[in-house]
Amino acid sequence: MTTHIMAASENPLIPNGWEMLITAIGFSILLFVAVKWIVPMFERTYAERTDAIEGGLAKAEAAQAEADRARDEYNQQLESARLEAQKIREEARAEGEKILADFKDRANVESARITENAHTAIAAERSAAVASLRNEVGSLAIQLSSKVVGESLSDDERSRRVVDRFLADLEQNPTDAGAQR
Amino acid sequence: MHLPPFFEIGSFEFGKHTVLILLSVALIAGFFLWAIRKQALVPSKGQYLGEIGYGFVRNSLGRDIIGEKEFRPWIPLLFTFFFFILVNNLFGSIPVLQLPTFSHPGSAYVLAGVAYVAWVFIGIKRHGFAHFMGKMTMPPDVPKVLYVFLIPIEFISNLIIRPVTHALRVFATMFAGHMAIMVAAGLLGYLVSEVGGLGILGGAGALFLGIFIFFLEILIQVLQAYIFTLLFAVYVDGALQEGH
Repeated sequence: MTTHIMAASENPLIPNGWEMLITAIGFSILLFVAVKWIVPMFERTYAERTDAIEGGLAKAEAAQAEADRARDEYNQQLESARLEAQKIREEARAEGEKILADFKDRANVESARITENAHTAIAAERSAAVASLRNEVGSLAIQLSSKVVGESLSDDERSRRVVDRFLADLEQNPTDAGAQR
Repeated sequence: MHLPPFFEIGSFEFGKHTVLILLSVALIAGFFLWAIRKQALVPSKGQYLGEIGYGFVRNSLGRDIIGEKEFRPWIPLLFTFFFFILVNNLFGSIPVLQLPTFSHPGSAYVLAGVAYVAWVFIGIKRHGFAHFMGKMTMPPDVPKVLYVFLIPIEFISNLIIRPVTHALRVFATMFAGHMAIMVAAGLLGYLVSEVGGLGILGGAGALFLGIFIFFLEILIQVLQAYIFTLLFAVYVDGALQEGH
């Protein structure tokens, strides 16, 4: 009970100077520590964390952009490769067609040449045959007619002129001559 | 009412109050320096706890009230006010320590004085003495005639009563809470030991009263630390703002 009486006798609003001083000192020390270390350290940590998060986001964005770019590039390459393939196919087809046409031309030329040669050869052979026939037919006819008419007609000069005239007539008008014969 | 001091140097009494003040400084500085010692980007539990406490003062008392642009220089002061008062108040509810430091008026006066000097100083520095005084004493959008009454009233209210209530609010609540617990404890002791019989039954009532007051006190101790710092932030914000 004495404590209560004592408490009542003190005015609780009157401060103790030493207590004020101690409070001021304690507060100052704490404020100093806060200014010097606690606040800077916490703030630095916050700032670093913010940086780290924002840096991470930026990095992710950069990676995304890079991936987009690579994909675009890939698509572009794919497109150009497709175009190129198309072009090559087109060229190959044209080339093939050209080669085919060349061969056709060459074959045509060759066949024409062969035909020409054949014609020439046939013509030459024909004229050779005609020439040899003329000789042989003449001599055979003379042999035959000399056998038929005998030795009187064996004068070579005269018989040759007769045969030549006969053959010339024959060449001028072969059908008539043939018919006459 | 007070314990005798442990020792005296001249008129300086080195008592429990002094020990608690120094202990609180060591506890707060020690805890926060320990918590942030690694400055890890991914905080450990200890650092996380420290960041919650620091972040609470920084963001909900500093940034939200003083504003994004200007709150940074005030963080140390807000931090120190809040945790210094909080820990010293909570000493009142810790057995053996059992003394809220701010139930001694000197401590409360000093802190309120620091707060007062700080916000008045920044206000004058920002706006100049005359403009600051105008800001404090002449509310805008009032008929000129009323300034005859308003200027003295506003002057007394803003520049004299404000720091006094700032100090007395924390002092009185701590002092009253401390007294209430002492009364409950004294009542319990008296009823049980002096009265006996039915008095013991009354003693049980006093015990419940004491326990109730104990928990109420914890709430008030936290709340008062918050209110003191909040009001300081509001005063600073008012001193910094443009216009009236």
